[in-house]
Amino acid sequence: MGFFFHIGRYFSMLKRVFARPEKHKLYFRQLFHEIDNLGVNSVGIVIIISIFIGGIMTIQFAYSMANPIYPSELVGLGTRDTLLLEFSSTMLALIMAGKVGSNITSEIGTMRVTEQIDSLEIMGVNSASFLILPKIIAVVFIFPFLYIISVFFGLLGGLVTGPIAGVITIPEYIDGIQWLFYPYYITFSIIKSLFFGFLVASVPAYFGYYVQGGALEVGKASTKAVVNTNILILFFDLILTRLLLT
Amino acid sequence: MITLKNIVKTFDGNTVLKDISTVFEQGKTNLIIGRSGSGKTVLLKSTLGLFEVDSGEIWYNDRNFTQMNEKERKVLRREVGMVFQGGALFDSISVEGNVRFPLDMFTEMSSAEKQKRVEFCLEHVNIEKQAFKLAPSEISGGMQKRVAIARAIALNPKYLFCDEPNSGLDPETATVIDQLIQTLTKEFEMTTIINTHDMNSVIEIGESVLFISKGEKEWEGTKKEILDSGNQKLDDFIFANKLYAQMKKGQ
Repeated sequence: MGFFFHIGRYFSMLKRVFARPEKHKLYFRQLFHEIDNLGVNSVGIVIIISIFIGGIMTIQFAYSMANPIYPSELVGLGTRDTLLLEFSSTMLALIMAGKVGSNITSEIGTMRVTEQIDSLEIMGVNSASFLILPKIIAVVFIFPFLYIISVFFGLLGGLVTGPIAGVITIPEYIDGIQWLFYPYYITFSIIKSLFFGFLVASVPAYFGYYVQGGALEVGKASTKAVVNTNILILFFDLILTRLLLT
Repeated sequence: MITLKNIVKTFDGNTVLKDISTVFEQGKTNLIIGRSGSGKTVLLKSTLGLFEVDSGEIWYNDRNFTQMNEKERKVLRREVGMVFQGGALFDSISVEGNVRFPLDMFTEMSSAEKQKRVEFCLEHVNIEKQAFKLAPSEISGGMQKRVAIARAIALNPKYLFCDEPNSGLDPETATVIDQLIQTLTKEFEMTTIINTHDMNSVIEIGESVLFISKGEKEWEGTKKEILDSGNQKLDDFIFANKLYAQMKKGQ
């Protein structure tokens, strides 16, 4: 099936997703469940990855800026800006597309192939809205928090790893992460993370919602969902960077 | 009562339902029978609007379903209960949560009233209280079907659809499910449509039977008439099981 068919069906699904909910109370209950399931349960992995990446970047920056003509603050500055501008928004979104995205596709896809979605439709429930809207809101809501957590722990990773590895001292690192700081970088990345949150929830939901067949097809749909979400994240990263940063 | 008039449904140029007309009567168990792939499930799902028919009309009493918009259909579907082949219970909630779901979604009942209704429905299908809090994956296939029936009747539906309700069940449990559906149909005066290829169900509860073959309506009658229908395709379908051939011979 063609590219335009999927685009059309994706937007037609979104139209159903953003229809007026049947019962707000049940949607709120579902929303809190999704915030816990998709967001809070991801905090641990975000912290672990961010600490390691922060540490690795600090060592790599120190290694590539070993020349004495570079000020030592560049190590902290480089780590900070990479975390703020790219890693904690884009790279984290790519990782989350794998964790959260495949979870969404397999959950909704399994509901489709076991006729649970048909069951909702027959009851008169807008299944697209009931299943997908709370996930989109939950992921869009939680992504900026994950971004902030990631930046914090990434910087912490650099602070711990740099001195242990002997590549930089703590005062040099702290001076570096405060040097030439532009608060707009945070605004820019939070805008990006909102976009990416929407993609990470809605694209996998689309692949799960329209899956046909059985367990094998659900697995294939999960893979397709992650690949397509990743491509779209990078595509929108390029567009948003061009629009907001240059 | 549900009336189908000249229903035609095609998938990618392949005609799956060919000009099917029939009436499913209220207070009766109306069975659709046929071989696997004959179009039974497509007919059932088309009647429910899960598939759009290419031509023909579907009437729920005096309401033309085919002319309704999505909003009107949603309202009508609140009068419909459905038991799917695999039960289609929601995995993430408990047995009683499944039955409470339509009540939460569509009624303004108090919590106590909902609990009372949930218990009424589950006890009606002989689910013991110990199972109320279990997840669907923790109960047997027969119990899952009964919970699915309980969920289907939670909102007091006027129309009950069952897609192969006793598939995958042992004969004794299958008979229990059949009798349960028939009892509920009489008790709540529902229009019940059951999709099956199980001849035991036909003999047990087939008050009205529609036989379809390759998407065409071949025969219509009752369980009493089915063994002497004179329809070759129906005979081939029924007497594939030697037991029924012997029944006909009076052995």
